Amino acid sequence: MTSPILELSGIDKQFAGVSALRDVQLRLFPGEIHALMGQNGAGKSTLIKVLTGVLESSRGDMRLAGAAIRPRSPLDAQKLGISTVYQEVNLCPNLSVAENVFAGRYPRCGALQGFRIDWAEVHRRARELLARIGLDIDVTQLLGSCSVAVQQLVAIARALGVESKVLILDEPTSSLDEDEVQKLFAVLRRLRSEGMAILFITHFLNQVYAVSDRITVLRNGQWVGEWPAAELGPQALISAMLGREFAATAGTAAPMAEADANTPVFLQTEGLGQAGRLHPIDLNLRAGEVLGLAGLLGAGRTELARLLFGLEAPDSGTLRIDGKNVRLTNPADAVDHGLALCPEERKTDGIVGELSVRENIALALQARQGVRRFMSHAEQTALAEKFVKALGIKCTNVEMPIGLLSGGNQQKAMIARWLATDPRLLILDEPTRGIDVAAKQEIMDEILRLAKAGMAVLFISSEMSEVVRVSNRIAVLRDRRKVGELPGGSSEAAVYELIAAEHEHA
Amino acid sequence: MRDLMKHRLAWPVITLFVLLAINAAFNPGFLHIEWRDGHLYGSLIDILNRAAPLMLVSLGMTLVIATRGIDISVGAVVAIAAALAAWMIGGALVVVDGVATHVTRFPMPLALFAAVAVAALCGLWNGMLVARVGMQPIIATLILMVAGRGIAQLITNGQIITIYYGPYFFLGSGYLFGLPFSLFIVAAVFIALYLAITRSALGLFIQSVGINPEASRVAGVKARAIIVGVYAFCGACAGVAGLLISSNVKSADGNNAGQLIELDAILAVTLGGTLLTGGKFSLVGSMLGALIIQTLTYAIYSLGVPPEINLVVKAVVVFAVMLMQSAEFRDSIRSLVQKPARGEVRA
Amino acid sequence: MNAVVSPTVQASKPAAVPSAMRIQQKYLPLTATISLFVVMATLGSVFYTGFFAPQVFLNLFIDNAFLIICAVGMTFVILAGGIDLSVGSVIALTTMVSASLVQRHGWSPFAVLPLVLAMGTAFGALQGFLIERFRLQPFIVTLAGMFMARGLCYLISIDSIDITNPVYSAISQTRIPVWAFGEETASISIGALIAIAVLLAAIFIAHCTPFGRAVYAVGGSEHSAVLMGLPVRGTLIGVYTLSGFCSALAGVVFTFYMLSGYGLHAVGLELDAIAAVVIGGTLLTGGVGYVFGTLFGVLMLGIIQTLISFDGTLSSWWTRIVVGALLFVFCLLQRVFAARTAKPS
Repeated sequence: MTSPILELSGIDKQFAGVSALRDVQLRLFPGEIHALMGQNGAGKSTLIKVLTGVLESSRGDMRLAGAAIRPRSPLDAQKLGISTVYQEVNLCPNLSVAENVFAGRYPRCGALQGFRIDWAEVHRRARELLARIGLDIDVTQLLGSCSVAVQQLVAIARALGVESKVLILDEPTSSLDEDEVQKLFAVLRRLRSEGMAILFITHFLNQVYAVSDRITVLRNGQWVGEWPAAELGPQALISAMLGREFAATAGTAAPMAEADANTPVFLQTEGLGQAGRLHPIDLNLRAGEVLGLAGLLGAGRTELARLLFGLEAPDSGTLRIDGKNVRLTNPADAVDHGLALCPEERKTDGIVGELSVRENIALALQARQGVRRFMSHAEQTALAEKFVKALGIKCTNVEMPIGLLSGGNQQKAMIARWLATDPRLLILDEPTRGIDVAAKQEIMDEILRLAKAGMAVLFISSEMSEVVRVSNRIAVLRDRRKVGELPGGSSEAAVYELIAAEHEHA
Repeated sequence: MRDLMKHRLAWPVITLFVLLAINAAFNPGFLHIEWRDGHLYGSLIDILNRAAPLMLVSLGMTLVIATRGIDISVGAVVAIAAALAAWMIGGALVVVDGVATHVTRFPMPLALFAAVAVAALCGLWNGMLVARVGMQPIIATLILMVAGRGIAQLITNGQIITIYYGPYFFLGSGYLFGLPFSLFIVAAVFIALYLAITRSALGLFIQSVGINPEASRVAGVKARAIIVGVYAFCGACAGVAGLLISSNVKSADGNNAGQLIELDAILAVTLGGTLLTGGKFSLVGSMLGALIIQTLTYAIYSLGVPPEINLVVKAVVVFAVMLMQSAEFRDSIRSLVQKPARGEVRA
Repeated sequence: MNAVVSPTVQASKPAAVPSAMRIQQKYLPLTATISLFVVMATLGSVFYTGFFAPQVFLNLFIDNAFLIICAVGMTFVILAGGIDLSVGSVIALTTMVSASLVQRHGWSPFAVLPLVLAMGTAFGALQGFLIERFRLQPFIVTLAGMFMARGLCYLISIDSIDITNPVYSAISQTRIPVWAFGEETASISIGALIAIAVLLAAIFIAHCTPFGRAVYAVGGSEHSAVLMGLPVRGTLIGVYTLSGFCSALAGVVFTFYMLSGYGLHAVGLELDAIAAVVIGGTLLTGGVGYVFGTLFGVLMLGIIQTLISFDGTLSSWWTRIVVGALLFVFCLLQRVFAARTAKPS
């Protein structure tokens, strides 16, 4: 067996006395795809930052091809041959594709040892690099006009251009649809066969098994183990990540019955659509019903949620609440009608970072009450504490800035914010994304409890298993239109079949 | 939360005290206040009076900055308000019953109202550009800053309008209960604003909009209305400040009125601890900041230093405060003073 | 566990815009500015006799040479996502130092010129260092710089100092003939030549050097630029240094133009520079814009002045109003343009 190209041992990292990494080790061999797994807070991101020079480890050994290294900046790491592609594709959208590939290392020409950039060469070599990973696009177009999937491939091309020996991919598939994921995997396999060592971080279990050769698991900042993927089954993997036995979610609960036809329809859309974003859709929702919205990435689920909540204006169709036509021009209108939306993008659309947990939870309710009917400090605190207890939000007290909470707790706080408005319809857009398994369970249970109490829920999630488990009914979207409905408890396969069937007719 | 407030106000208060101390050290009669001509008299009173317009503008500016915006047109708005009031009041000498009296072109209350209303409209214009059209605040207010002086000049016809009307002077130079009347105006605005911010959800909404406008909008906060409102209020404050200034100098100069007041106001707000990036703000801090600037000017004047030095000193003070507020700077000082431990994390 | 059972479905992507149209969209603001300039020039020629003369056009360069140089420096700063409010004051300081050294201390102009250029460059570098090293807000730092520079002016002299030095006078009065066509002759000043040289150099730097491209990268996304390993710190300090140099050079040209040093020179010029940059199509958020556009921004400001003076009936403060209106229109256009090219979420 060849020796590892990258070897980490005894890595420690502390932040103000709190240990983020403790005695972590990692071995990466050339010509392999190695998955780094762990729950939120396990230390994956910190380890990557140490690898790429964004942070320096407090202690420990790093060896690249046998030689000890200590990258002090991203540029250092790049020069050593370690390149990273982040989830948010950290490139410059205002520069061209070719420029992004060659930024900082332009081929030069002209007098005085070449102080002028040789653009022809830049474009030519960019095209070559992109061809190596099977991408054929106009390299002079602005990166910002390309899709996220293409941008990621450009980032990989950049890594190839600097002749990296190690390629790190940090959650690369979160924004990709299934087709793009497969394309990415094809590229990775190609690179693997060329001898590249690839470190792949993801929390999609199926993707781990689809593409990786070996798996390393971290938990609470410590190394748990390293296994060949074939030898570690999903049950064992989850146990390793959680540190306890965990039964796979294999339809333990009885399928949900469809809502009683006698309950009045709370919300109804007829031909509601927005040009370029959503084809006209018919939908209805009864009180106490959980309607799951299933579909692949890009199917239009978030677009529909935004239309329903007044964040976007529809170009066609009507929206009826309690039988009356309404026009929602902004979220405040929607809230007035008893709607609530817990958005997908927590950081940008959800939390108000520097404000306290109390203020964040009270915000929507206060907004509905208006400027004058002010909730006193005591009232806000009581409200916040009620929900902290009900949802199990982990924080020292409600006065701490919400930005300091972990992702999962922030998400719970967001749900609390909307529950505080006592809505009649709660739209949840990816409420369990980036949350650990235990918290996911708590949230799902809460959703069911609320529905039983009479609240209508529109549940959007990429995890099909969740959708089929918790919904009374499933509306299936594909390519920005509704292709059908299925009863709750349908199998995931049935959902995918429905999506596929349309595709064949198209 | 209260600790934070204390911490943030500590520096402005200390700075103010230091400046007052310097003044007192070099100027024996500085802290002396006496009763003269029916009102309090002394350097401190003078500082308060002169600082009044800046305090007003700073109050308005604080809210704008809190929403992550900025308003560099306040100087121009001051000029417009002053010009309009001056023009409407004028003060022609007319002989009535054999007595030469000054009469106004329009009744004074109407002139005052019009000036502030127009100023508020200017603010509204700014707010609409920022909230509805989505322009960046610095550019949106740059437009009025550039065009506004031209408008003020139009009103004054390029001249400096001198005002001959006694009652008008009361605003800027009059005294009530021994204290300058301008202080009462500032106090009234401050109290009204403070009550509005703390007794209603306004404070929460403004901070929320400043920290994360999109999240606030999704949460149902009427972000647009809030933004338009704070700019309109800022304009109104500038309008009142314009009245005070022109009342004090008994004239309105379209070109020079309120010159550089926008920069002083931004300075005052920053000195007071509110960050330019928006979010949490401190009204008291901004008032302190305005007082610091005024005390500084006074100190320079009383030290016998040429007033032009004012600019250099302001610059140095700004640098000092900025560096103090910068975490990176404090870290550098700390690492210079203490030996860094081995393997310490890089900033 | 098998891979997720999923047929190869493909989510629809937004329709691809043909590349030719995309290129045009990129240059739209620039095209708008140039078109507007041409329109104004045409209107002027139609309505006012003597407007359509080469000298009138060249006067735009002669009278605004210092603004061109200064605005070019400002363009780099704004492209990198910053702002520099000190440029007007540095120009004034340059004139004052030059005048003081030449008139009151008898220095040779050839010693003074390099000195003031070095001084302005150092001033810019210092501002850049403070901004970058301590993460201070560019607005506030350059604001303080503005106070500082003007204050230093007054420290040297409160009144203006006239320059009677023959070298300066000669340079100031030199006119290089450019156009001789029968009756019509047109000439250009040395200051204008310097401005054109600076402009060409700037265009080269922006498009053909790694530094220039790094400026665009940093302006587009500073965070990404760091992760890409670009020399972000050096670039940030560099743009302010460049701006300081340009301000000093503009100050030199201004000295030739006004033949005096005075603390009240170039008051408010930074706003004109920013206006020129914005009208020229550069976004204040950074990363987007062209130096060439700034030239037309300046020419636009110049032609408004010229139109108003040719008209004779309008008072000069109408300039301010018209410039304000222009700014409004251009910013509106930028907003509309940005909104239309924003991708649907």
